[in-house]
Amino acid sequence: MIRLEKRPQPSRAFSWAAPLLAVLATFFFGGLLFAALGKDPVQSILTIFWQPLFGEFSFFYRPQLLIKGAPLVLIAIGLSLGFRAGIWNIGAEGQYIMGALFGAGFGLAFYPADSALIFPGMVLAGAFGGWIWAMIPAILKVRFGTNEILVSLMLVYVAEQFLASMSLGLMKNPEGFGFPGSRNLQQYPSAHNAELIAGSGMHWGVVAAMIAVIFAYVLLTRHRLGFAVRVTGEAPRAAKFSGVNPGRLVLFCLGTSGMLAGLAGLFEVSGPAGQVTIDFNTGYGFTAIIVAFLGRLHPIGIVLAGLLMALTYIGGDIAQSQLGLPAAAIQVFQGMLLFFLLAFDLFTNYRLRTGRTEAA
Amino acid sequence: MTPLLSLSGLTKAYPGVVANDDVSLSIAPGEVHALLGENGAGKSTLVKIIYGLVKPDQGAMQMNGTDFSPPEPRAARAAGVGMVFQHFSLFDALSVAENIALGMENAPAMGALSEQIRRVSDTYGLPLSPDRVVGDLSAGERQRVEIIRCLLQEPKLLIMDEPTSVLTPQEVEILFETLRKLSAEGTAILYISHKLEEIRTLCDAATILRLGKVVGTCVPRETTARDMAEMMVGKVLATPSREGTAPGEPVLKIEQLSHASPSAFGMPLREITLTLRRGEVLGIGGVAGNGQDELLAALSGEMRSPAGMISFKGSDIGPKGPEARRQLGLLAAPEERLGHAAAPNMTLTENAMLTGAAREQLVRNGFLNWPAARSFAEKIIETFDVRTPGPGNAARSLSGGNLQKFVIGREVLQRPEVLVVNQPTWGVDASAAAAIRQALLDLATGGAAVIVISQDLDELMEISDRFAALNEGRLSEPLPAQGLSVEQIGLMMGGAHGMEVAHV
Repeated sequence: MIRLEKRPQPSRAFSWAAPLLAVLATFFFGGLLFAALGKDPVQSILTIFWQPLFGEFSFFYRPQLLIKGAPLVLIAIGLSLGFRAGIWNIGAEGQYIMGALFGAGFGLAFYPADSALIFPGMVLAGAFGGWIWAMIPAILKVRFGTNEILVSLMLVYVAEQFLASMSLGLMKNPEGFGFPGSRNLQQYPSAHNAELIAGSGMHWGVVAAMIAVIFAYVLLTRHRLGFAVRVTGEAPRAAKFSGVNPGRLVLFCLGTSGMLAGLAGLFEVSGPAGQVTIDFNTGYGFTAIIVAFLGRLHPIGIVLAGLLMALTYIGGDIAQSQLGLPAAAIQVFQGMLLFFLLAFDLFTNYRLRTGRTEAA
Repeated sequence: MTPLLSLSGLTKAYPGVVANDDVSLSIAPGEVHALLGENGAGKSTLVKIIYGLVKPDQGAMQMNGTDFSPPEPRAARAAGVGMVFQHFSLFDALSVAENIALGMENAPAMGALSEQIRRVSDTYGLPLSPDRVVGDLSAGERQRVEIIRCLLQEPKLLIMDEPTSVLTPQEVEILFETLRKLSAEGTAILYISHKLEEIRTLCDAATILRLGKVVGTCVPRETTARDMAEMMVGKVLATPSREGTAPGEPVLKIEQLSHASPSAFGMPLREITLTLRRGEVLGIGGVAGNGQDELLAALSGEMRSPAGMISFKGSDIGPKGPEARRQLGLLAAPEERLGHAAAPNMTLTENAMLTGAAREQLVRNGFLNWPAARSFAEKIIETFDVRTPGPGNAARSLSGGNLQKFVIGREVLQRPEVLVVNQPTWGVDASAAAAIRQALLDLATGGAAVIVISQDLDELMEISDRFAALNEGRLSEPLPAQGLSVEQIGLMMGGAHGMEVAHV
């Protein structure tokens, strides 16, 4: 009989090995999946992981890595703070939308004025939009004890309705021939989140993501607020005993993650996406949950996980167009990654033993 | 007479430790047999073997002269072994009868079962109504549920693990009456306890374990408690001592403190009034669940009180949180070591940071000074003889006693002016317990005031200057501990919850 035995100490080695093992297992079972779909498994995996980085058209795909990775990392960093404290913000997608709407709305309100203050103003507005949207579940939780998972998730769908309403109404481009969608911010220099180095994919969102990573790392390892976050996640009663105010921590964690998701939305709408449209959101807010866990809720891990996830997005697109793999297969592939990660994660705290069961 | 149960040469090893090493003993029908030993001496493993939860590596057991090796508890129960665990496995929201039915194979219909429960409860003097909801019962009554659950199976051997740790003296008397009656009817009882005086009054024979081995047997009635304790520990025990000091000026005043319990099945605090003076140790007794956790929370700051109810060194601290109170010099150590006093998965350094941040200057402008926290943890480990490879180890890797030493040491080394501890030596072996008590007494000698909340009356009598008891969230008037009789203490603790010893 096989059974799990709790380790006296969490295994450090395994906490680093688990993501690697998860990636390898995903290669293997993903390969089986692709084979079952009648594709060459090795070629499929190579298309997803090799082509974007070193393939013939990598000059085009490499910048995409930053463009897709930055919002994932930015959102995941915020989420990881809450997840570490056992505060589950599942609604980053909604905060991402609201950040984009507030930020784009601010910029569009000044169209066509030209000022260096417009873009910084949009950044603040975007952060505020995400923050305020996350404050709804936060305050409801602190005040009335509601479940933040449900409230934040439901607010995603409310935000999507706002997005649709804005694209079709208030923010619709008056010169857009009746098509839904706002003016293109890429064509409004004061509001455009342009590439900082041409052809690199590096825009202000990437810079913001890097700052967020450093901020989170310092916060978690050196600052008392980060310590409060970690203790609350490990042992809520001990945290309360040590003097952590649980309500304030909920406001901080949800607020910060909402703010970062809002920023991600703003940088996306003013840069790579360019305009507010009905289908502006593409699931970054949900994928970031996977990224946060794949990165072990650790800032550095999240950077690596964000890049890996961006790679599967880009590679998945290539595999769809070149090999004709269905989009659902790519999603299953990404899901496998999280599944295996969580599965291998168990062995950080437990080890496998064979033998007779015994209650000792 | 053939023994009811005899064990010979039982050995059980776990990786790194031999829990039972060649253990032999025998129990006659109707005998009350005590199993004595420190934590980790192997008592639990031994009874788990008898109850079929653990399979021994070597050795054999015989029940009534025939081989007995239960592969699982069900088989042990079928053979007539019943066990009352220290920690109850009851559902608060269900009634007594429903709880009992859940633990039985082929439970009869509810009406018939209630009838059986009433009959057993009458016969053995265990007053208990089958219709009551378990969440409303006292700890003593909950234990009766567990005992009746066992008795319904008509066991020939009843194993009781630390049964009196949650009872008032009067409830202990009721329990002993029941056990004596069972014994007179021929049911053997294997009785595990740390309380040596109880064993002396109740038990016919005792087997003493140390580090998994049988180190002695004795007839408890003819052996002093001290001798038994020294057999358990294997060395001469130091009695905690202190120089008498006159109590100083008042440092902590609680006036008419009332507070609803934060949890659904908790106990509200009711009009607690208390003045604590420098240099004194106040012992607070009472049956578990009578407001101990709530009182500690109200003092530590986890539970805030309205202004005007708690004053510390003249300032009103009721609305202040734990950090502010620590800054002022009011420190606390809660009962639950893992998860409340310490974060299980975090290192000892991090756990030192947990409460030491403010007073040990481990934080500057919100930034944490980890090297300082580490040396603070090392200081605790060294001063309090915490057995661990180092401060980088997780709290959960420490044994209960060592973690308790760490938790108490962490607060004591922060030079508290008032220290509140709940169950400071619960589950700690005798020598560690003596060290902890001595540290508390030294604090008081140094001019601090100490509140010790405990279920262990012997401990309270040993170290307290004054004694008070919590009952239903009310605190009795504190009385000088010296010269208090057991009857007085029992009355302060609320008697036996209005129930009498059944006349059997």
